[in-house]
Amino acid sequence: MKPEFLKSTLLSLAIFCRFIGIWQLATMPKESAAPQTPAGMSAEYAALMGLTAPKQSGFPPPAEVGRAFVKFLSDPFYDRGPNDKGIGIQLGHSLGRVGLGFLLAAIVAIPLGFAIGMSPLIYRALDPFIQVLKPISPLAWMPLALYTIKDSGISGIFVIFICSLWPMLINTAFGVAGVRREWLNVARTLEVRPLRKALTVILPAAAPTILTGARISMGIAWLVIVAAEMLVGGTGIGYFVWNEWNNLALPNVIFAIVIIGVVGMVLDRFFATLQKFVTYAE
Amino acid sequence: MTAPYLLIEDLAKRYPGSSEPVFENIRFGIERGEFVCIIGHSGCGKTTILNVLAGLEQPSDGHVIVDNREVKGPGLDRGVVFQGHALMPWLTVLQNVAFGVRSRWPDWSADKINEQARKYLEMVGLGHAMDKKPSALSGGMKQRVGIARAFAIQPKMLLLDEPFGALDALTRGTIQDELLKIVQATQQTVFMITHDVDEAILLADRILLMSNGPRARIAEIVEVTMPRNRTRAGLHHDPQYYRIRNHLVDFLVSRSGGDEARNATHPVTVRPGLEADANAPATTDSPFVRASTELAA
Repeated sequence: MKPEFLKSTLLSLAIFCRFIGIWQLATMPKESAAPQTPAGMSAEYAALMGLTAPKQSGFPPPAEVGRAFVKFLSDPFYDRGPNDKGIGIQLGHSLGRVGLGFLLAAIVAIPLGFAIGMSPLIYRALDPFIQVLKPISPLAWMPLALYTIKDSGISGIFVIFICSLWPMLINTAFGVAGVRREWLNVARTLEVRPLRKALTVILPAAAPTILTGARISMGIAWLVIVAAEMLVGGTGIGYFVWNEWNNLALPNVIFAIVIIGVVGMVLDRFFATLQKFVTYAE
Repeated sequence: MTAPYLLIEDLAKRYPGSSEPVFENIRFGIERGEFVCIIGHSGCGKTTILNVLAGLEQPSDGHVIVDNREVKGPGLDRGVVFQGHALMPWLTVLQNVAFGVRSRWPDWSADKINEQARKYLEMVGLGHAMDKKPSALSGGMKQRVGIARAFAIQPKMLLLDEPFGALDALTRGTIQDELLKIVQATQQTVFMITHDVDEAILLADRILLMSNGPRARIAEIVEVTMPRNRTRAGLHHDPQYYRIRNHLVDFLVSRSGGDEARNATHPVTVRPGLEADANAPATTDSPFVRASTELAA
């Protein structure tokens, strides 16, 4: 096990170094095309026009992005006005929206999923709505949310809510409907009351499937929050990306992209750990 | 004459979409403290009868009366041991048994519940495995947990659906011995489905023989006339054993599908174990008995 882990880590590092190396080569300033003052133009004017500056590809080299990393991570929580906040504060806003929207979705999806999973009638009645609503891009709800809620912050939370809802709802219903007949029969012969049965038999039996749904929901929510914040603006990691794009500060954009990836991975790991906790071997 | 503890009257089960009932005209009684086995080929509806007794399925016709009250649904007065043990894999062995105990006595403290669960797990010889998850147990151990769970709620009656069907012969023998010991000690009323003729003879006071389905009935009731203190090791030394065994195997092999068995309206009670006694002195020294024993062996 251990040498395998060492080998894979070394290989990952090698791939990373090679990637950085290629990036560095691709963004190096071209030496051959040395800047020349065009004929009939004063040197001062040419400099003002930027014609004497060394030609660059425009895409930042790794070192510049590295400096952005150092700059943002060394002071993550500063707040200098609406367009200049530390990355920690921006992430906090995004995670707060995702957490709240996700929590609301769980509060709706898990009980409703229980009802759908336990009653074939409710399942058949709600199935057409779920089938139609599920494939709608969460961002398509945004205009409607902005119009009815009239608050961009809450609209963002609503979009997270609506995109987290479906995977959790469907997985909960699936998990509850799939609880082994025998376990339900045990509960019946022991005259277990419905609430106790739901909490001590059905919930633990369906928990792995429910958490799979929650994990998918969280993944989608983290994808959607970036786009939603680009639209509503104000705060959050998505707004940060958009703002830095408007500043044409590509190193900052790349930094934000990497941070979005890392946070998404941490969220996914968290749910994977929860899943491991409730999974049972038969 | 008082009514037996459990009485089944004119029970029939029809499944939707099928013209013929799986079984019909099922009637029998079980006395308090009696051990009754039911044997029949697959598809004759044994499990359905047991599920009706447990209250898990509704019969199409007829009714079940336990202790002068009609059975309408599942209840804690009947403990069920399921074919596939039906343990909850997310609970430990102790928690599985305690789940039943807590359902039976919701007012008990956690200590008292665990104490009761431990007592019955010790009884089936699982004192050492209480904190394991069912997935870490062998098939025989899982089935023992199921038995402990059913016994721990101290039901008036036990229903066992082929509890040892999935076990290898050696394990089955050990658990049969344990079940025999427990049932003899507790004087439990038991109704059990089995496919194993020897198991039925070892455990039962009476064996119900079912004809083949559809329209299955109880064709015969065999009384096991051997003394109650049987052991697996001593069983085959009793000449009655072979007579009963031959009778059961004959029925299953050649008579269960015949018209006589299938049209039985009122099952006859037979005592094949004593048949020889009617013709010859009831001693094992009798040449007749010895001969028949040797033949059978």
